[in-house]
Amino acid sequence: MDEFLRILTQSLAEIIAPTTAAFAIAAIGLNLHFGYTGLLNMGQAGFMLLGAYGFGIATIAGFPFYLALLVALAAGLLFALILGIPTLQLRGDYLAIVTISAAEIIRWIGRSTWLQEWTGGASGLQGRNYKGTFQDLSPLPDGRTVIGPLEYINTGSDSWWTRIFAWGLVALALLFVWLITRSPWGRVLKGIREDEDAVRALGKNVYSYKLQSLMLGGMLGALGGVVYVLPLTIAPDAMGRTMTFFTWTVLLLGGAATVFGPVLGAMVFFGAYMLMRTGMRALAENTGVGDIITTTNVEQIGGMLVGITLMLLVIFRPQGILGNKKELAFDVR
Amino acid sequence: MSADMSAETSAENAPGNGPGTSPEPESVVDAAAAAAVAPTSAVAAEARDDLAQVEPVVGAPKPDAILVADDVVRRFGGMTAVDVTHLEVQRGAITALIGPNGAGKTTFFNLLTGFDTPQSGTWSFEGRSLHGKSGARVAQQGMVRTFQLTKALSRLTVLQNMLLAAPKNPGERFWLSWLPFTWKAHEKAATDKAMELLARFKLDDKAGDFAGSLSGGQRKLLEMARALMTDPTMIMLDEPMAGVNPALVQSLLGHVQALRDEGMTVLFVEHDMHAVRHISDWVVVMAEGRIVAEGPPRAVMQDQAVVDAYLGAHHDTDLGDDSLLDPEILARLEAEEEKR
Ligand SMILES: Nc1ncnc2c1ncn2[C@@H]1O[C@H](COP(=O)(O)OP(=O)(O)O)[C@@H](O)[C@H]1O
Ligand SMILES: [Mg+2]
Repeated sequence: MDEFLRILTQSLAEIIAPTTAAFAIAAIGLNLHFGYTGLLNMGQAGFMLLGAYGFGIATIAGFPFYLALLVALAAGLLFALILGIPTLQLRGDYLAIVTISAAEIIRWIGRSTWLQEWTGGASGLQGRNYKGTFQDLSPLPDGRTVIGPLEYINTGSDSWWTRIFAWGLVALALLFVWLITRSPWGRVLKGIREDEDAVRALGKNVYSYKLQSLMLGGMLGALGGVVYVLPLTIAPDAMGRTMTFFTWTVLLLGGAATVFGPVLGAMVFFGAYMLMRTGMRALAENTGVGDIITTTNVEQIGGMLVGITLMLLVIFRPQGILGNKKELAFDVR
Repeated sequence: MSADMSAETSAENAPGNGPGTSPEPESVVDAAAAAAVAPTSAVAAEARDDLAQVEPVVGAPKPDAILVADDVVRRFGGMTAVDVTHLEVQRGAITALIGPNGAGKTTFFNLLTGFDTPQSGTWSFEGRSLHGKSGARVAQQGMVRTFQLTKALSRLTVLQNMLLAAPKNPGERFWLSWLPFTWKAHEKAATDKAMELLARFKLDDKAGDFAGSLSGGQRKLLEMARALMTDPTMIMLDEPMAGVNPALVQSLLGHVQALRDEGMTVLFVEHDMHAVRHISDWVVVMAEGRIVAEGPPRAVMQDQAVVDAYLGAHHDTDLGDDSLLDPEILARLEAEEEKR
């Protein structure tokens, strides 16, 4: 019974973890790309990694917190422009190919030795070098706080302050996306998602709208990257293809083109992922299942199951948890 | 744009049969055509009078041309899809562009509206060159097109489809999008206009439905209504009647004529010869990428070059002949064609 409660508590903790919030923000950005505009960005992790580097390097260079945050956003914006200007005039698939390779390029540059002075190479940037300005902002008193089954220090890496800040940003991102997508501007994006030639024929500059969407979603990706590294370190290899793949799972699970989908998706995904892994580990240790699933295999099996979940989702419930089934009933080419 | 422009009303008020119509309307199409023979607006009447003076030869200059194309050539690989030496389209008139499948009509539409780029050629709209202008720019200048393969925005509602087309909406600028008070008034006016247009096309009770749930014919109507939301000067319709059920065709023809009577220029591609004969003021015929004939509908349909293009050589049939509606005769023609 104790074991069971421990597993549940761990899952609950994961649901409100700062990294879950980071993925939620990145998925909100991806939702703007894919859910609203129909853009296939297969490199959201590249935006996240660039945001993290922008923030970390600027902070280490002595920038105050909010300025460093702006540097991160600017990095995301610039990346979107570089990728978008040449590719958004081409067919949709090209953006997917370009983003996936560009994200990999960022990661390889990050872990190479040329820019090691700034990026820290393959081992990345240590948290203590860039977390100071963020933790200094904390209005919380020293000490620890217990809320229900959860206990964390007030201020620090893995703290209440990090959680409050991260989820506060999620709320802001949600509000932002809700405000802009319910407008005529958002309607143009949805029109482009459905058929860009039809929208062009009505006199709208489709290219400009797609670029705006890519920039805004990319900046949200960069912001997600900053939140992701606040409790951790900036390690390029932790922010690669798997991260993009998880962000997509989060978005499709919650429901693309819905406002709350990405947030709900992140919570359900990471909660369930934790439950699955801790559950399997407990089973492996305490029951006969251990002969088949050894504790060392849990991570691999977990990753595999995520892949299977994503496939099943796309096949059987493409609208996700919050999506409108009726909306997807039309054959969209 | 008021409701009394609809086909039914004008059908009731139609003052008998004008010149150039069959005395007894037989099909729905004929009935619709008989409905609005004489243009009611001054612009349309003038356009018709103007066209009466034009000599029916290929490339004939028009007294008041809104669209002029010169030496427009589009090749796909070794195949020349479009090769138009000179074409002028009269302002305020309904011009039909006809020709067999593969004649290059859609490609020509794409070139004129900025959806495709020709290897060479120049064309201008209202005196301004459109060469190199994007599809969006062409639409902004007042030349709006619909597509042969209907492009309804499926996961938007019918009303959203319409509102999307409203020009100059301040809320479509990102910086104002999150401030509803900057665009609410515009949106309200656009909604009223959209509902009026939808009522005209009998789609008003579908306003809240997803466009993807409409039938093929309804989508055609929606696409046309949506194009009208942009307040175009000239509307280009690529096979607007294809797939629309005959009962709707009648009102659709009425709408097209109503548009002309409001002063709009219409260029449309159509296969239904009866529709073409009855509503168009001028007919342009394409075959194998070239314009092979142009002139008033009756004359053109008796033109030997046109008949050849459609039915193969050695036929003295008039394309506007009602006997061509008879499946038996069509089957015979087809059989003859195969034997040759
Ligand atoms: N994108 C394209 N690539 C190659 N050939 C094309 C393309 N578009 C049209 N064509 C060819 O050009 C010719 C004219 O086509 P189209 O303009 O669609 O004819 P229509 O609309 O008169 O039926 C056809 O032979 C068609 O196969
Ligand atoms: Mg065609």
